[in-house]
Amino acid sequence: MSGRRALFSADFARWFGRYWLVGGFLFLYLPMLTLIIFSFNHSRLPTQWGGFSLEWYAKLANDTEIINGLKLSLKIAFLSATGSVILGTMAAFTLVKYRRFRGRTFFSGMVNAPLVMPEVIQGLSLLLMLVAIQRAIGFPERGLLTIWLGHLMIGMSYATVVVQARLQTLNPQLEEAAMDLGARPWQVFTLVTLPMIAQALASAWLLTFSLSLDDVVVSAFLNGPGATPMPIVIFSRARLGLDPSVNAVATLIIVAVAIFVAVASVLVARAERRRAAEISAAQRDDS
Amino acid sequence: MNLLKKPGWWRGRAAVIGVPYAWLALFFLAPFLIVAKYSVSEMGDIVVQDVITAADGLVKITLKYTNFVALFQDNLYFFAYLTSLKYAAITTLLCLVIGYPFAYFMARAKPSSQPTLLMLVMLPFWTSFLLRVYAWKGLLDEGGWVANLLEALHVDRLLALLHFIEVPGQLMHTPFSLTVGMTYTYLPFMILPLYANLSKMDLRLLEAAADLGATPWVAFWRITVPLSKAGIIAGSMLVFIPCVGEYVTPELLGGPQTLMIGRVIWDENFSNNDPPMAAAVAEVLVLLIVFPLAIFNKYQAEAQEDRK
Repeated sequence: MSGRRALFSADFARWFGRYWLVGGFLFLYLPMLTLIIFSFNHSRLPTQWGGFSLEWYAKLANDTEIINGLKLSLKIAFLSATGSVILGTMAAFTLVKYRRFRGRTFFSGMVNAPLVMPEVIQGLSLLLMLVAIQRAIGFPERGLLTIWLGHLMIGMSYATVVVQARLQTLNPQLEEAAMDLGARPWQVFTLVTLPMIAQALASAWLLTFSLSLDDVVVSAFLNGPGATPMPIVIFSRARLGLDPSVNAVATLIIVAVAIFVAVASVLVARAERRRAAEISAAQRDDS
Repeated sequence: MNLLKKPGWWRGRAAVIGVPYAWLALFFLAPFLIVAKYSVSEMGDIVVQDVITAADGLVKITLKYTNFVALFQDNLYFFAYLTSLKYAAITTLLCLVIGYPFAYFMARAKPSSQPTLLMLVMLPFWTSFLLRVYAWKGLLDEGGWVANLLEALHVDRLLALLHFIEVPGQLMHTPFSLTVGMTYTYLPFMILPLYANLSKMDLRLLEAAADLGATPWVAFWRITVPLSKAGIIAGSMLVFIPCVGEYVTPELLGGPQTLMIGRVIWDENFSNNDPPMAAAVAEVLVLLIVFPLAIFNKYQAEAQEDRK
């Protein structure tokens, strides 16, 4: 290959790559940035800038529909994230540790399908089943419990994928060593496995929490009369047109998420460094 | 490994497998059977009538195919399925065209900056899907800055020629706004599996190709792309399948030209109050996505085995 041609291509690739990445990130972030900027807009026209103002935030403080919706959504998100991580860890354990059991392919298919299954189908099918159960035994009423079940179903799949990825990178010798030293299976799990996958559990929890907090479709199908979760409130307002109060809620959510993710990643990086230091210290003691 | 044979462990194993299995069977599988049942039942006055009734010691099974007959006779459903598949395909293609080079250059960026880049792609994931769709409403509505920009550049004339919008100057509630919204929200789903795949590639293969006289362009098409097949398929399915049944984006950004099947199911259930019809529509949708779903599951399972 001629050196000159290679040089041209490499330069071109570097230039092209940089612009493509910058362009892609602009595409991903500019809409969100616009959304945030227009939450401070003092104008009745939602697309025209009319000066800085905090009026939409002030209105938000008295918006009981949004506030009640947020309370309900946080409750559901907390419960479904916790349930998803427990079920997801069991499912991930099953898939990683038990290579052979009857119906394994079927099981992994059922775990993965909710990741892509259109939410309209999941919401409708769960609704029809819960209605049938309710008609038969008078329970459960539609509301928090039914929404929770729906979110748990989707959250479990996401949690499984996250925990499974971590479990596969674990060194099985550590668990075998604990077993050799006489630990019961339950002790092996709580004393050896759990501390090693704790970080994955935390990120699975956060992911399923934010998925639940965001969900419109499944919540709408399983929602009962009474309290309405926040995403449905936002959705019904967005459907009617542009609404600066939605921009204000959006800004608060985005800022909260950004702070949360930033703090979490700093903590994770610190824990990682500490663990690396401990491992190298332990290896030094060995030699 | 003889520890595995102890009875206590077996009981633990049965519980660990059994609980999620039972959960999935009850809340994922059973609902589909219920949907099947509903789709062949008929609305009585206000309640859905039972398929199986017992009277005079006889069990009677009444199956009604009227829903499916309606499904095939009314053009509305057929066009809604077609529209859904069309826009899901366009979105997938756009995500691939934007996402593949993006993931590629991410994977070839300095190793020290890759975690940051990855974080930046993941972050929109964490912020609300709904709000990301809503954001485009403000950009494409009359007077929104993206709308103004596209009109100033006369891009709207080109879009009108391509039938992505009906008349120049009207960008909202068109196939264009729908496609942009779906591409925007689903792009990270394409980038992440592609990045995971491309960052694992053995770069020595490219060196070998260069030594054997291949130009970078040829090496890219004959080595990098075939090796990233699994990532392309995983990403495409992650975009395509949910897009076919998408509801929120068509409702907020779509218009009269873009009636998608997710909205039909929603309307049958909520507006027309006809769950059996909604169930029938949903069932045919499941049949449409069952094949892509099988491909996705196969690659997902393989990717999970590979990671070991």
